[in-house]
Amino acid sequence: MKSSSTMHARQRARRPQHALIALVVTLILIALGIGLSTWQFVVVVALSKGLAALGLVLLLRCGLVSFGQGLYYCAGAYAVGMAMSHLGIRDLVPLLLLATVSAAVIAALLGVLLSRYRDIFFAILTLAFTMILYGLLIRNPVLGGSDGFNVQSPTFFLLADGALSRRTMFIITAVVVGVSIWAVQRFLATPMGRLGPAMKDNEIRVEYLGASARRNIFWNYTLAGALAGLGGGLTSFSIGHIDPDLAFWTTSGEFLFIAILGGTRNAYAPFLGAIALELIRSLAFQYVPNSWQIVIGVSMLVIIIFLPGGLISIARLWLRSAARGA
Amino acid sequence: MSYQIKIVSAAVATALLALGGTAQADEKPVKVGIVTFMSGAAAGPFGVPARHGAEVLLEELNAGKVPAPYDSVGFGGTPLEFVYIDESGGTSQQVTEFRNMVDRAGVDMVIGYTSSGNCLAIAPVAEELKTLTMFYDCGTPRIFEDDEHHYVFRPVAHGTMDNVGAAMYAVDQKPDMKTYAGINQNYAWGQDSWRDFEGALKQLKPDVKLTTSQMPKLGAGQYNAEISAIMASNPDILHSSFYGGDLEGLIVQAQPRGMMEHVPTILTTGETITHDNKIKIPDGTIIGARGPHGVFAPDSELNTWFRNAYQDQIKGDPWYPSYKMAQTILGTKAAYEKAKADNGGQAPNTEQIIAAFEGLTFVAPSGEVKMALGNGHQAVQEVVYGTARNVDGKLTFENVKRYPSEVVTPPEGVKSEDWIKNGMKH
Amino acid sequence: MLMLPAAIIDGIMYAAWLFLVAVGLTLIYGVMKILNLAHGAFYTLGAYVAATFVGFWLAGDYNPYYSYLLLLLAGVIGGLVLGVLVERGILRRFYKEDQVVLLLVTYAIFLILEDVVKMIWGVEPYVISQPYGLLGSFNIGLLYYPNYNFVILGAAILSGVGLALFLKLTRPGKLLRVVIHDREISMALGINVQRYFLVTFVAGSILAALGGALTAPTISVAPEIGVEVIVLAFAVIVIGGLGSLPGAALGALIVGLVRSFAVHYFPEVELFSIYAVMAVVLIVRPMGLFAAAEPRKI
Repeated sequence: MKSSSTMHARQRARRPQHALIALVVTLILIALGIGLSTWQFVVVVALSKGLAALGLVLLLRCGLVSFGQGLYYCAGAYAVGMAMSHLGIRDLVPLLLLATVSAAVIAALLGVLLSRYRDIFFAILTLAFTMILYGLLIRNPVLGGSDGFNVQSPTFFLLADGALSRRTMFIITAVVVGVSIWAVQRFLATPMGRLGPAMKDNEIRVEYLGASARRNIFWNYTLAGALAGLGGGLTSFSIGHIDPDLAFWTTSGEFLFIAILGGTRNAYAPFLGAIALELIRSLAFQYVPNSWQIVIGVSMLVIIIFLPGGLISIARLWLRSAARGA
Repeated sequence: MSYQIKIVSAAVATALLALGGTAQADEKPVKVGIVTFMSGAAAGPFGVPARHGAEVLLEELNAGKVPAPYDSVGFGGTPLEFVYIDESGGTSQQVTEFRNMVDRAGVDMVIGYTSSGNCLAIAPVAEELKTLTMFYDCGTPRIFEDDEHHYVFRPVAHGTMDNVGAAMYAVDQKPDMKTYAGINQNYAWGQDSWRDFEGALKQLKPDVKLTTSQMPKLGAGQYNAEISAIMASNPDILHSSFYGGDLEGLIVQAQPRGMMEHVPTILTTGETITHDNKIKIPDGTIIGARGPHGVFAPDSELNTWFRNAYQDQIKGDPWYPSYKMAQTILGTKAAYEKAKADNGGQAPNTEQIIAAFEGLTFVAPSGEVKMALGNGHQAVQEVVYGTARNVDGKLTFENVKRYPSEVVTPPEGVKSEDWIKNGMKH
Repeated sequence: MLMLPAAIIDGIMYAAWLFLVAVGLTLIYGVMKILNLAHGAFYTLGAYVAATFVGFWLAGDYNPYYSYLLLLLAGVIGGLVLGVLVERGILRRFYKEDQVVLLLVTYAIFLILEDVVKMIWGVEPYVISQPYGLLGSFNIGLLYYPNYNFVILGAAILSGVGLALFLKLTRPGKLLRVVIHDREISMALGINVQRYFLVTFVAGSILAALGGALTAPTISVAPEIGVEVIVLAFAVIVIGGLGSLPGAALGALIVGLVRSFAVHYFPEVELFSIYAVMAVVLIVRPMGLFAAAEPRKI
């Protein structure tokens, strides 16, 4: 029988790997973005959406489907936009912090309510709340109404004066994504992170074990909101324009699709899904502009039937066989 | 097998070269990205007629069949190549497509954009990518009132004049009116239209009273409650900036109830539904075309050519979006050729075209166009309204009034909203 | 003066329309526990088929009064064909998945059907407004209402009462109620649940298509008419209780009257009032106003 100290030692030995892998993936992304500069924009948008989908993955692991991640995505983007135009803040770091924190606060407030609901009711309530935000924004001419408004490039205190270039913005996005992946991977290794699939399986047994399902869901939901807010903030810089469509339920539907496409296995999956979706969409728009929705719909069905674990399951098989072959 | 293919392709290439005629075959064609709605609710009333307008212009320009001063082939003798992009999918998608057009497809310039949201999002990207971009339809005055742009032009008038003109026409036609109402879609286009109309009306006749302002969701489709509310409140005039399926639904639902027969209705984009003979427009309805376009275009050689060419190719009459697209393309052509002449006959670069375009005056099928606002980047035109009357089953217009641009558009440096609030001085 | 009776009449008429488009959705959920996001696409299809049938009929100068029959036919045929195709062809493969996956499957089907409609009928709108005005109108004071509204009201009442009687009195109806109550026990009792799924889905599709077909003469039939309808139908059945027939009627009435009063008295509020009502009902009584609370299964 193995002693507990050996088990702990083994766990400690596994931990640094998270940081290493995240670092390697970040470097690959940066190389990709700089090397294939024509795809840089597509990738940076995909990475921002991937963050929102990452939050969704946390919820999916708990067995909850949210049609309302768009709410936090939009909140993060508008926090950045409003801070820039009304508070005059132009530096990247405070802006991103503001985006993440404001989204987290809203998520915490709503999370108190939402953590009591499950299944279809949870889904519908999240949809209702994101549409309420949409309705509020559309009616508000101060925030640009349905046309939204433009967001300028931020400054970064370490680098020289003037606004950030596209390439630097890309690198920063990749780094933020890398750090988020590492953070979430660490979170998934904690007891709270591991409780997700258990709750999805049988919530009552989890409570018999002494854990609070409600509290768990609350924290997962808040974290998901924070991630989506961060993604929204990054999006506002990359695209340069924000509008209430970010809160429309179809945006949340897109995040859901990304999460399913990528898989819910680990924190890398949604980014794989996001990049895959942007590629599919670009190509579909170019070659079959009148039927690109069919392409998306069929892809969704194909993934659900043949690849329920998402693209990440292929990636893992491939990596594992590559490692074995090496 | 490959031998036969080589022979066939050589034959085809020779044939094409022979047909090419006097075109400068060694010069690269000017590649233009054309962006309009090809799917979705805005395709029917705007995107499709605009695209048809572009197709007609492409055909006629490359054949050199346009009357003077546009009689050279393409732009300055260089033929044109159009790449059509669908404007749907939202601003994020459109920004991606714009970058794809410039980075991957290598277009020389971009013409398009109906949605104000898209125009606002695209303008800074055009500046960043240093790509000459012409907006052909979007109405928001914010483009040049809120910011300065170097690479962006709008050779058509913006939306303020539609609603200021509507208010003026309403007061001209019904000087003793006491009450007004509105039904507009609840998003930026409808909200801004209503705000401008109400603001202008209050300036012209301070004692008018609002009976009801209905703001249904974009795409709501069912307007029976709104129609009841409007009819019950009995206004002297009704304003609406509805378009497309929503407008058709409104008319179809209003017709058996007689709303538009009892209440004179102003349709600021109404010209787009005058072409469908399944929709009957009641007498007394006031129709706008967002400028002197469509049936309101003054007689000229250019107008006659455009209508005939469009009729031949598309088998229908050109709508106002077709006119605006044609105007934008011809304005760009005028700027290109002026820049080429200033450049000693050599093909001009983007900076030279911009210098020529700023402050330019050119002619279009709807008349003379002056790039008078936005530091020479924003055009002004008159706005025209007419009252519909069905004569022998055909739709005609009476009491057609033209309002010159100075009267309905704020001057340089003044924001539309402020200008209206301060009495619309000119 | 006229506002109150107008608001009530408008509310009831809108409620009738809402019930017609929502009842199929609640039926499918009740029996199959699937929230069919493709419901809007069936509605759209019904409208397009009706536009084609009636357009053809009216162009041929036949007796326009028969167009009403054509509308019904369009709804039934459109719903039947598409319902069978979708259920047999696609949906059947996913029954073993959980609710959430099925939601995404129906969303995918919705996307596909949207483009299919565009491929068959193009992006230009269709107008077949003649049947709308043909039956004349009635008036209350200055307000005129087309009698066509009675067609929609009648269809709503007939389908509601018809379904209720079917479920209560007929044998298949009673067996359907068993399936609604507990799928596993029904299978254990030997009920052919798969067949009931097919029948239910087709019935729901027909009801949706019928809603679209009957609405077609009042609107301009264009590609995106289904999008708004899904959200409204959703709100109605959530408020009334998912899977409950009287719930759908009550939900329709509430949403219809709230919207009508908002339009007449507070036009500013209209935009998101429906989501707010939905959220409030869900918070206060999540199973809706009519459904019984379900015990948690261990």
